[in-house]
Amino acid sequence: MKPKFVRTLVALCLQLIGTIGVSAATIDERLVPCLACHGEKGQSLIPEVPSLGAQPIFFLSVQLLMFREKMRNIEPMTGMMQGWSDDELRRAAAAIAKLPAPSPSAPGIEPGRADKARALIQQHRCNFCHKQDFSGEDNAPRLAGQREDYLLKALREYKNNSRRAYDPSMADALHPLTDTDLQDLAHYLSRLK
Amino acid sequence: MNSRASSRRGLAIAGLIASLSLTGPAAIQSQEKPAPNIQPMPTLVPGRPEIPNAEVAKTLRGVPQPPFATPAEKLQISQLKMPKGFKLEVYVSGIANARSLRIGDKGTVFVSNRQLDKVYAVVDRGGNREAKVIASGLDRPNGLAFHNGTLYIGEGTKISKLERIEDNLDNPGKPVPIYTDLPNHQSHGWKFIAIGPDNKLYINVGAPCNICEPPAENAQIRRINLDGSGMEVFARGVRNSVGFDWHPITKDFYFTDNGRDWLSEDLPEDELNRVTKVGQHFGFPYCHQGNFTDREMGWGRSCDEFTPPVALMGPHSAALGLRFYTGTMFPSEYRNALFIARHGSWNRTRKIGGDIVVAKLNVDGTVKSVQPFITGFLNNNEYWGRPVDVHVMKDGSMLISDDFAGAIYRVTYSPQLASR
Repeated sequence: MKPKFVRTLVALCLQLIGTIGVSAATIDERLVPCLACHGEKGQSLIPEVPSLGAQPIFFLSVQLLMFREKMRNIEPMTGMMQGWSDDELRRAAAAIAKLPAPSPSAPGIEPGRADKARALIQQHRCNFCHKQDFSGEDNAPRLAGQREDYLLKALREYKNNSRRAYDPSMADALHPLTDTDLQDLAHYLSRLK
Repeated sequence: MNSRASSRRGLAIAGLIASLSLTGPAAIQSQEKPAPNIQPMPTLVPGRPEIPNAEVAKTLRGVPQPPFATPAEKLQISQLKMPKGFKLEVYVSGIANARSLRIGDKGTVFVSNRQLDKVYAVVDRGGNREAKVIASGLDRPNGLAFHNGTLYIGEGTKISKLERIEDNLDNPGKPVPIYTDLPNHQSHGWKFIAIGPDNKLYINVGAPCNICEPPAENAQIRRINLDGSGMEVFARGVRNSVGFDWHPITKDFYFTDNGRDWLSEDLPEDELNRVTKVGQHFGFPYCHQGNFTDREMGWGRSCDEFTPPVALMGPHSAALGLRFYTGTMFPSEYRNALFIARHGSWNRTRKIGGDIVVAKLNVDGTVKSVQPFITGFLNNNEYWGRPVDVHVMKDGSMLISDDFAGAIYRVTYSPQLASR
């Protein structure tokens, strides 16, 4: 991706954030500024902004709720979710979940790192909750094809207790892992279909 | 050797081992799907067992807790079974993640959250009961205690208070911290709190893991003075207690403790314990349910070193809130009996719990029997609700909180109903 193109995208998305709630009536309309950053086809092109395509509705609902309740206090998300009703959160989650799953965010898995990541997955049972194909289920998000930088950011934040979690399962799971482990997992998972 | 060379060499060795023992070069492709049959690596992490297949694994993982409350008309209370003469009704609905219960001197019912951030007071508004937020933006505020007009709130890393709360429900102010010397961890990091007959506040400080050698400040129940001073470790070797109360006559301290996960479908059972001496050790992480040593942490130890439980509460059943029944509405056989909410299992293929049980005690404080009292939150291996806490009201009726459906129920007894 050319840096200039990404810069333009970021500018556009930040501009659209300012328009949320101004005149939007339907959920689809209200989601326009959201998807300007997260990607209208479910795939984010902006660094550290997650792709949302094909995420489980349950997981999306929980995250939207946590932003609204300021349990995850991160702008612009927290500000954007103020005033949404429970029902609007549910409908937004359902609409976002219908976006297509993201393609692998970078080509080519390094074989050595893939082996390490697969061994970690086997050892720490990531696939019990995130499913064998990492498409996610319930409150366990889809990881396959997620942006590598976002995966690494989220993993590090869960590990160092700086991301407010809905339940303690990720803190438990990541407790014994090293930062190199997290990098290998992010590398591998981001390149899965 | 510099660290980079070291890590390169480590990678090369890992790669060599992998290519010898795992999938071989044929698996090296770009953008592949995960290999369906990965040969297992040796299990080096305690509590990460081999599970034969994905379908079984799915039945063993955590039950996701709904972020929204179930609408009143969809609460399946008609599924609940209880002894003759008892009746259960919805006391208040629409409180997502309703957890611990306390009642103020003036009768206000207080409810906490664990996965969300609020504490509520249940108030009457024009004949309708509704939950009013009295504190928000809190960190896992599971613990509640009430004493002399003050509501105490136990968050992840602090205990705080709201004074004269029942006079200020519309303007409660911000909780004022009284004690903050608590470790910060997600796993079992929420608190259960209660104030004892000694006017001290008791706090559960859980283990920061499923199974591990806990840090010195964890896996214990502490007590402090109501100004936060005078901390003392009251019980040790406690993995995670989410319920305790004092016997109305003997004043002995009884608490539930949740056993480790990922050991077996059937072991260990959760415990009901009694503290008879300050500082007693209840076994975690070395001994479970008083009679077997842990497969990973128990080597070189014996269960004889530790205080055994007074009753076993079922494997993975998640025995949480408990209260002694001090009212007079229920029949006399329940006087001073211990009601215990079992939240219900997750780490078990065939779920158990999702009920209220009643433990009847002998005169010497040992447990005579543990029997089901209200069952039916769990049907066909699925929960429609999960009980968390029980609390006796002034009139002798009993409240039950449910953090899955987001509701509070009230149980009453009438001889007329019993004789029908």
